[in-house]
Amino acid sequence: MIPGSFEYHRPSKLSDAVALLGSLDNDARLLAGGHSLIPMMKLRLAQPSHLIDLAAVTELKGVAHDDGDVVIGAMTTQHEVIGSELLATSVPILREAAMLIADPQVRYMGTLGGNAANGDPGNDMPALMVTLGATYVLRSASGERRVAAREFYLGIYETSLRPGEILATIRIPAPPKGHGYAYEKLKRKIGDYATAAAAVVLTVSDGKIASCAIGLTNVSDRPLLAKDAAAALIGGALDKASVAKAVAAAEAIVSPAEDGRGSVEYRTKMAGVMTARALARAFARASV
Amino acid sequence: MNAPTTPTSLERAEKLQGMGCKRKRVEDVRFTQGRGNYVDDIKLPGMLHGDFHRSSHAHARILKIDTSKAKAVPGVLAVLTAEDLKGVNLAWMPTLAGDVQMVLADGKVLFQNQEIAFVVATDRYIAADAADLVEVEYESLPVLVDPFKAMDADAPLLREDIKDKTDGAHGPRKHYNHIFNWQIGDRDLTDAAFLKAEVSTKDLLSYQRVHPCPLETCQTVCSFSKITGELTIYGTFQAPHVIRTVVALISGLPEQKIHVISPDIGGGFGNKVGAYPGYICAAVASIVTGLPVKWVEDRIENLSTTSFARDYHMTTEIAATRDGRVTGLRVHILADHGAFDACADPSKWPAGFSNIVTGSYDFPVAHLSVDGVYTNKAPGGVAYRCSFRVTEVAYAIERAMDIMAQKLDMDPVDFRVKNFIKREQFPYQSALGWEYDSGDYHTAMQKALEATDYWKLREEQKARQEAFKRGETREIMGIGVSFFTEIVGAGPSKNCDILGIAMFDSAEIRIHPTGRVLGRMGSKSQGQGHETTWAQIIATEIGIPADDIAIEEGNTDTAPYGLGTYGSRSTPVAGAAIAMAARKIKAKAQMIAAFMLEVHEGDLEWDVDRFRVKGNPEAFKTMSQLAWAAYNKVPPGMEPGLEAVSYYDPPNMTFPFGAYISVMDIDVDTGVHKVRRFYALDDCGARINPMIIEGQVHGGLTEGYAISMGQEIAYDEMGNVQGASFMDYFLPTAVETPHWETDYTVTPSPHHPIGAKGVGESPNVGSVPCFANAVNDAFKFLGSTHIAMPHDAYRTWLAAEKLGLHS
Amino acid sequence: MSKINVAMTVNGKAVSAEVEPRTLLIHYLRENLSLTGPHIGCDTSHCGACTVDIDGKSVKSCTIFAVQAAGAEVLTIEGMAGADGKLHVLQEAFREMHGLQCGYCTPGMIVRAHRLLQENPSPTEAEIRLGISGNLCRCTGYQNIVKAIQYAATKINGVEFKEAAE
Repeated sequence: MIPGSFEYHRPSKLSDAVALLGSLDNDARLLAGGHSLIPMMKLRLAQPSHLIDLAAVTELKGVAHDDGDVVIGAMTTQHEVIGSELLATSVPILREAAMLIADPQVRYMGTLGGNAANGDPGNDMPALMVTLGATYVLRSASGERRVAAREFYLGIYETSLRPGEILATIRIPAPPKGHGYAYEKLKRKIGDYATAAAAVVLTVSDGKIASCAIGLTNVSDRPLLAKDAAAALIGGALDKASVAKAVAAAEAIVSPAEDGRGSVEYRTKMAGVMTARALARAFARASV
Repeated sequence: MNAPTTPTSLERAEKLQGMGCKRKRVEDVRFTQGRGNYVDDIKLPGMLHGDFHRSSHAHARILKIDTSKAKAVPGVLAVLTAEDLKGVNLAWMPTLAGDVQMVLADGKVLFQNQEIAFVVATDRYIAADAADLVEVEYESLPVLVDPFKAMDADAPLLREDIKDKTDGAHGPRKHYNHIFNWQIGDRDLTDAAFLKAEVSTKDLLSYQRVHPCPLETCQTVCSFSKITGELTIYGTFQAPHVIRTVVALISGLPEQKIHVISPDIGGGFGNKVGAYPGYICAAVASIVTGLPVKWVEDRIENLSTTSFARDYHMTTEIAATRDGRVTGLRVHILADHGAFDACADPSKWPAGFSNIVTGSYDFPVAHLSVDGVYTNKAPGGVAYRCSFRVTEVAYAIERAMDIMAQKLDMDPVDFRVKNFIKREQFPYQSALGWEYDSGDYHTAMQKALEATDYWKLREEQKARQEAFKRGETREIMGIGVSFFTEIVGAGPSKNCDILGIAMFDSAEIRIHPTGRVLGRMGSKSQGQGHETTWAQIIATEIGIPADDIAIEEGNTDTAPYGLGTYGSRSTPVAGAAIAMAARKIKAKAQMIAAFMLEVHEGDLEWDVDRFRVKGNPEAFKTMSQLAWAAYNKVPPGMEPGLEAVSYYDPPNMTFPFGAYISVMDIDVDTGVHKVRRFYALDDCGARINPMIIEGQVHGGLTEGYAISMGQEIAYDEMGNVQGASFMDYFLPTAVETPHWETDYTVTPSPHHPIGAKGVGESPNVGSVPCFANAVNDAFKFLGSTHIAMPHDAYRTWLAAEKLGLHS
Repeated sequence: MSKINVAMTVNGKAVSAEVEPRTLLIHYLRENLSLTGPHIGCDTSHCGACTVDIDGKSVKSCTIFAVQAAGAEVLTIEGMAGADGKLHVLQEAFREMHGLQCGYCTPGMIVRAHRLLQENPSPTEAEIRLGISGNLCRCTGYQNIVKAIQYAATKINGVEFKEAAE
C-alpha cells in the first residue's frame, strides 16, 4: 500500500526530460499517467529511486494531422482520445478501444504513450498500434529515433526502448475513408485486462476484403499481429469458411498465460472468438 | 380563543414517521458530507502506526526472525514477535470456536501472509518501510490445501500445538488434522428411508471459499493510559461488548477499565465479528508504549488473512417417491477451516445452523454430519451475510432439489411446491431439530410465479432449446428458482451463546423532560440504518416522532450489553428489546396519565401519541406531556423519570423465507452470461422501513450474484493464495450488476413483539442458489446435472466444452 | 528522501505543505489536511472510494502523489456543499433515493457523480452505470445510486423525475 521513497522531478520541456532521463541512473522511471506504475510502486514491485513526471511537458500533448499520418502526443490521455473529434473521424478504432480500457477515473489519467510503451501484455493499445501499423517517435539526448510498433515489443516489459529514451509521439497512417474497424474485448468485468481481445482494421471493395490487419491483446508475452489470419481473408468475402481459416490462424500463434481468466485452451479459443466477432463487426462497418 | 383542532389519528401517525414508513435515513446527513467517523479517521495525540511483516510461505518452520534492520529505521519504536507476546501470555489467543490461534507466528507459520512481526512506528510510511526490512529464515514444510486429503494417513501435520489432543472443543478428534464431528438427526431412520427409496440422488455440492470484503477493511486504534490503567479501543467491531469481555479475559485488565467503541463502520458482512491479531498487537503495543497505536489492514491483507467464508463441501442426498414426495435427506459436510478454527459461531454450534438444510421442505427424516478439518489456509470461517452456515446449506438443498426434480422429470417449481411445509403445519418441527415460527410458502411462490409469468418463461425456454438444437442460436436460456427458508435472530439462551455469554440483546430508552428520547442498543449497525429504524420502532410504540429520537450504538460504556449485529439478529433480538423497553415506558406513562386525569388505568385507551379516557377523547395526555410530568408530578410511591432497559432473551429463532426467480442467457461459445431478469420476493414478517429493506435486498442480491458468478479465494498446491486483491476478486461494478426487482409477502413471527424476522441476509442466502440453478437449468436439456460454482465465463465455457457443444 | 513543498487549492482554499514525494494524495488529504471524507478501500486502484476531482477530472487520489497535484484545484466531498452549508443536489439526492448504506463509498461516488453530470447532463441509465464503473459499492447493489444520480440530473436540468417501473 505504501510506495518506497524516490526523488521527484517535473521538467516542463522535453529536452529537459530527456536530459534528466539520460543523466540519472537506470533506476529512474518516467511518470506519465501513473496508473500502471504507481500501483506497482504501492505493491513495491517497482522501486525506482527517481520519478520524472512528464505532466508539465506540453510538447507531448496534442492530436493533429501531419502528412497523411495522425500524430498523437504520448501524454494524450485515454479520456482525450475518446473526446477527440479528429480521432473519431480519422482513426475511430482508437476511441472504441479506449472506451474499453479500465474505468472513467483511470482514463482521465492514463496516457496513450504509457499504455503503448509499458510493455505490459495486458495493455490494449499495443495491439491497436500494431494493427494500425503505427510508428513510435522516440526522443533522447542524442535526438530522435523512429521504431515501428510492429517491431517495438520484445517480451513482458521488454521493448525496443533504450535507456534514456522517451516515447514522444505516435504516428498512425490514417486508414482510408470507409474502412471497417472493430476492437472486440472479452473481459471478466470493467477494469479487468482482456481474457482475449482482437483488433481488426480492414477495407472492402466490391464485397471483397481488400486489406486487413488483425492484432491480438493479452494472449502472448507481447501484442500479436495475426498476419496469416489476415492474409487468409484477402480477396474474398467474409463468410463462414474464411472466418474459420482466420480463426485457426489466429489460434495458432497465441500462447496465453493460464490465470484467473481461464486456462490456456480457453484463452486460445477466446482469441479465436474475438477475432471472428471483430471481423464481423468491422466488415459490417466498412463501406464497399 | 378557539382550541386548535386535533389532527386525525392518521395525520398524527404519519408525523411520527414510525413503523412501516420509508423514513429517510438519519445517517445520510453526515455520510453524504464525508463526515462519517470511521476508525482510520481517528487521530489521537502521539498516535503510532502498526504494520505486519507476513509469511511468504504457507507452511514452514521459522528458524530465525531478524528484526534488527527494522528496529534501526528512524521512527520505529518497537518490533514485536511471538517471543515478546509470550511475556504477556498473548502469543496465542482463544477463538470463538473453542480453538486457539497464533497472534504472531510461534515457531512455524501455517498459511501464506500469516502475521510474523508487528512493527510500531511514528507514521504508517515508516512502519511499511520497516516491515519490509524484517528478515525471516524459513524451513519449508509440506503444504496441505486439499481438505479431502486432510485426514489421509500421510497428510502433513499442521497443528503441532494440539497434536496429542484427541479431544477437541466439540468432542473427539479422529485425526491430527481433524477438528470436530458434529451430527444431528436420526441416522437409523434416515438410512432406512434411503434403503427403500424409489428414487435417490447423491451429489457433492461445494460452496467455494470467498471473503465478505466490506469496502472498509478491519482496523483499530488502541489507546492505553499508563496513568489510569484504562484501555480505550476503537475498532471495526460488529460486536463491541464481546470484544471488551474477550480483551478482559485474555489481558487480565479489569473489564471496567476497558472502553471499546465502534464508531461508524464501512460494512461488516461478518468480517468484523471476531478478534484478529492486528487488534491484539495494537493493544499490546499501546500498553507497552503508553501511546495510542493504530492498525489498518490493506485490502490484500484483508482478503488473505482476516478470515474467510464458506469452503463447505456438502455431499447431499435426497430420497423420494417416484411421484415426487421427498422421504429423506442425508448430508455430510467436509468443512475446511484453514489453519485455526476461528469460526464465528455460537459456541454449541461448530457447524453453525447448518441443520436448516431441510429448508422449506417437509422431510420426514433427515441426518446431517459435519467434519471440520485444518488446512494451510487463512483461519475461520465467518458468516458472510449468512447467519452461521445458512448460505452454504441453502445452496445445497436448493441445488439438490433441482437435481432431484430433473431426475424425476418434474418442473423445479412443481417439485418444490409438492414438498413445501404447509401453512397449517406451523410452528413446524423440522427433522433436524428447529421449530420454524411461521411461514406461508404457497402464497409466496404463487405471487412469484405470477409476477414473472413463470410458465410462459418455460414455454419460451422450450422454444429456444429447439432453436439451439437446430443450430439457429448459440445462446441457451436458464430459469433459476430458489425458495429458501433461513434461520436468524440468534438466539435463545438455552442453545445460543458466544464464549458463554447468552445471545440476548438489549435496549435502553430514556425520555427527557422535554419529550425527546435517547435510545441506546447493544446492536451495532455497519450500514443497516439502525439510527433510522430503531427510532421508528420507538416512535410507533410510544408516540413520539422519530425525528425526536436519538439512537446510539457502539460505545460499550453507555450502551447496554449486546451481542452485536450479524446473522440478521438485530431486528429479531435488539428490535424486540426495543419494543419491550418501550412498552415498559408506555406502561409507566399510562399510570402517570391515569393519575393526572384522575381515572383508573383501565379507563384509558392509547391513540397514536396519547392516552385518552375511553368515551371522553377530549381528556388526554400526550406522551410528550407525560414525559414532563414524569419529572415533577408522578403518583405517590412512584420513582420520577421515564426510562426503561430491556434485555431480551428470544424464545426462538426467526425464519424469514423467500421466492427468487431469475432468467439468464448464456453464450456457450464464450461462457459469458447475461442476467435478463431477477425477481426476489422476501418475507421478513413485519416491515419496519420498506426503503431500507429494499436497499438491504439489493445489496445482498449483488453479493450473491458475485459469489455465484465468479468470486473465489483459491490456493495453488504450494499454498499461494490466489485472487486476494481487486485485480481478481470478483466485485461487480454498476455495469455487471443486474437490475433487481423486489417484492414481498408478510407473515409475522408469532413470538416476536412486533412480528419482525430480519431480512439483511436473506438475499445472499436465496440469490446464490437462484443464480446457480439458472446456470444449471440452462444446460439441463443437453444432459448436464450439476455444474459447480463459481459460474465465471471460463468454467461455464468448460461445462459447454465437456458437453461437446464446441465441436 | 528530502521533502518537497507542494501548494494547491483544496475545496477553494489555498494549502501548502512539505511532503515526501512518495506521499499519496489520499494520505495528504486525510492526514495533513484532515479531510477524511475520501476513503481507502483497496490497494490496486480499483475501488474508487478515494475519488476526488482535480482540475475538472475524476481522479483516484490513491494513485497519484500529492506532488503531482501541485498548482491544481482539488475538490473533495467536503467541498460539495455550498459555503452557507446548503447541500449539493447530489448529496440530497443520495439521501432521497437511499443511495447509501454504510457510507464508505459515498464520498467518492458523489464526487464522481458530480463530474459525470458535468460530462453528460442527461445520462441514460446505461451511461450512468458506465459512468460510475470506477466506484465499487458493497452495500447498495448500485440500483438506488443510479436512481439518485438520475434524480439529481432532473433537479439540475429542471425537469420532472419519473421513477422507472420495476
